[in-house]
This record gives sequence, C-alpha cells and structure tokens, in this order.
Amino acid sequence: MRFTKDHEWVALEGDIATIGITAYAAEQLGDVVFVEVPEVGKVVAAGDSLAVVESVKAASDVYAPIAGEVVEANAALSDEPETVNAVPEQGGWFARLKIADPAQVEALMDRHAYEQYLSTL
Amino acid sequence: MSETDLKRTPLYDAHVAAGARMVPFAGYSMPVQYKDGVLKEHLWTREHAGLFDVSHMGQARLRGVSPLLAFEEVTPGDFIGLKPGRQRYSLLLNKKGGVIDDLMAARPDDDGLFVVVNGACKDNDFKVIENELAGQVSVDRLEDRALLALQGPEAAAVLEAHAPDAVKMAFMDSAAITAFGVDALVSRSGYTGEDGYEISVPAADAERVWNTLLADERVRAMGLGARDSLRLEAGLPLYGHDVDDITSPVEAALTFAISKKRRDAGDFPGAARIMKELAEGPTRVRIGLRVLVGAPAREGAEIADENGAVVGKVTSGGFAPSLGAPIAMGYVPPAMAAPGAKLNVIVRGKQQAAEVVAMPFVPHRYVRKV
Repeated sequence: MRFTKDHEWVALEGDIATIGITAYAAEQLGDVVFVEVPEVGKVVAAGDSLAVVESVKAASDVYAPIAGEVVEANAALSDEPETVNAVPEQGGWFARLKIADPAQVEALMDRHAYEQYLSTL
Repeated sequence: MSETDLKRTPLYDAHVAAGARMVPFAGYSMPVQYKDGVLKEHLWTREHAGLFDVSHMGQARLRGVSPLLAFEEVTPGDFIGLKPGRQRYSLLLNKKGGVIDDLMAARPDDDGLFVVVNGACKDNDFKVIENELAGQVSVDRLEDRALLALQGPEAAAVLEAHAPDAVKMAFMDSAAITAFGVDALVSRSGYTGEDGYEISVPAADAERVWNTLLADERVRAMGLGARDSLRLEAGLPLYGHDVDDITSPVEAALTFAISKKRRDAGDFPGAARIMKELAEGPTRVRIGLRVLVGAPAREGAEIADENGAVVGKVTSGGFAPSLGAPIAMGYVPPAMAAPGAKLNVIVRGKQQAAEVVAMPFVPHRYVRKV
C-alpha cells in the first residue's frame, strides 16, 4: 500500500489500483454521512477529484493520486457511508482504477514514510 | 487572522484539555467538536443534555431612564410590554428594513434590559445601539461574564441540584438567581429546539461551573458543529447566513418578531418596506427543504424548479443527524414556498430532488408551562 500527502492510499494489484483514504483522514473528517463515488469509465488525471466525502459539517474532495480509468466504484458506500470511518483502509475504498503507469504508484510514500510524514503534522 | 490574534473565552483551557478541535469563529478560538464528533454530540443533546460554551456572544445591560421604550426605536418588538422575568427574541433593524442582528432581550431583574447578541456582530450591534439611542441608554457590556448553554431533555433535572429556582422557570422566562453559588442570569431558552437554559456567570466562575456540569454523567460538551446541526434541525436561522442586513424579517419568515402593537403603529426602522411586504408579500421567502436523494446541499447551492430553472439559493444546509437525511434552508419566490412543493437543489452540477417542508424539521420541545 502507498500513500499521499493528501491522505489517500493506493493498493496495486497488476494494473488495477484500489484507492481510499487513510485512517488519519477518516478521523479528521469525523462521521462520514455521504459518499459520492465516480462513474465507471471516468478517466482521471493525477490530482483530479475522484470522490467526495461529506461529514455532518462539510464536503471534502478525494483526489486521484494517479492517472487512470475507473473500472469499479464502491457502490456499498451509498447505503453505508460509515464504512469509511469503520474500515477506511479496507471496505471503505472508493474506486478501482486501471492505470497505465505503475511507476506512478511506486513513487508515492510507503507506510513508513507516510507515518514519518504524519508525525510532522 | 492568525491563531495568536484570536480571543479566548474563559473556558479555552478546559476545551483544549478535553481534546476539542479548536477553530476560529467570530474572532475567537472556539471548539468545533470534542472527541465524540459532531454526530454523537448532536444525538446526545437530543436525548440527554449538551453543554455549550457561548461566551463569544455579546452580553450587555442597556440602562437609562426608559431603556424598554428606547429599545423599541431599533427593533420591531413590544418592549414596553415585556414583563419582569420574561425574555423576547428580537431583531436589530436598519432603516432599509434589513436585519443588523437577531438577539435576545430580557428583564431578569429591574436593572434595565439584558441583551445577548451574536458574537460576530457584537461590536457593531452595541455601536449601533449606542449611536441610535444616544442620550437615552448606556450600553454596559458584560465582558467579565461567561455564557453557557445547557440544552436537552435532561437539562432541567441536571440544573435542579445547582440552581433550584431554574426549574420553576418556563420557556423564555429570565431570572437573576443564585446558581452554582454565584449570581447568575438564567433564561430558559436556547438554540437547539430542545428544552434548556442559557446561564450567564462571572468569568472567574466559568470553569468551575463547566466542570461541575460535565461531572454529571447526563451532560456532555458540545462544539459549534453540533450547535449548527441542532439549530438547523430546529429551523432556527443563523445570522450572516440565513439572515443578513439586506434581508427583511418578512423574507426571513421572522414576522413573529414584529409585535402587533408595533405593526399597527408602523413605527420601527424600515417600516415602509416591511409593512409593504406584510401587505403584499415579499419577493422571496425563507423555506425549509428536505433533500430527497443525493448529497447534502450546503450554503451557496442553487435551488431550481422542477424544470431546472434556478429560483433561489441555499443559505444553510447539511446532514440532519436526528433525521438521518440532508436538510437545508434557503430562499425561493413565495409561489414555490408551500410545504410539499417539489424543487431541485443543484450540488456539484447535479439536479437532486428536494421538497419544501414546514420548519422546524425536528419538533421543538420547549417547556412552556411548569
């Protein structure tokens, strides 16, 4: 699993990257009450808005850490947005992207580096 | 504004020690939530008792030969008719009939009029009152007092041990009583739609009172997040968002704050516009919306008719924890304002079905008779 400074995680299997937000991000957001996941087929560049998570107070964008095409979205989150708080780094994933360049994932932080980064916040 | 410029309430240290997330609000560093988070805090207040630090709000005594009479010059309320021991919701109006602020004014005792105004507006409000009522009243700000709100169905039972006189009060009663062993100004009112109290105590006693209340297992600390979602469900407008200085009380659906006596006399600021709107109807009016599908519609989201034509704007909105659904307040033409009217809200470019509903969204549970 790789991580971004915006607190997204990426898990790569072959050329499919699953994307979610970290436990730290879920904690910061507070109780998630609504999730908007992307449509299958949507093509995103790195840094594009991929999903929106809403807490009681505010809406926050989730950005695509890497470029790719959405091949699956986590539809279960529309009925159970609280999954994002409960298991952010497992069942709380937002979308799976078919990616062109796995090297983009390798360039992201590993867990050790991400935890180092968190300790500076 | 940097963190160091922010003012602190007498309870700042208590908030930080309790693990609150502090944010800038009305020039103060204020708790937006504690460890439980907004959702749990909100539901706790609806079921038990929530404790809020609202010391950022402006408290003042208006003193003079006839402060009640004078106050009628800047508001549409019947203050001559305000009996000792009672409190009234009112509006500070400008000459164009816009709302400078909404406020509570009370007679807890014989010492003039005790007013509580919004924190973000207080400096301007008190300046306006001083200027408009120069020579009639003095505005004596109570900077040395904290203000706490205890809200929820268990608030009265909690307060009974510390302020026995408070449980004899009814909704919108105001009294100068001994509470927690000190001189307190207490009203049975609040900003959540629940039964509850607002309690003004000397700043030096604030932390002791706060900790005494939190030691009761029925009481939990509430941040500004829960305060906002609770008032939204209660249909209560937030000044600066749902009401501002170009909005009239008629547009804002606050005509109840224009007393009959004053309406008959037409002698309040902005009366020309307001009387015309009362007679002919305003061009837009504040409504409540249930968002039927999709994301919460938040402040600034456009409201459209069923054909997609934009007809208004959301002024505050979010997820209603007690309803488990998104709700909003906003302004639309009166022809579209009847409960049941089908409208759309536009969120991130998508039209989402919504329906006009009567406010409050969650019934008020005020204790009007004791």
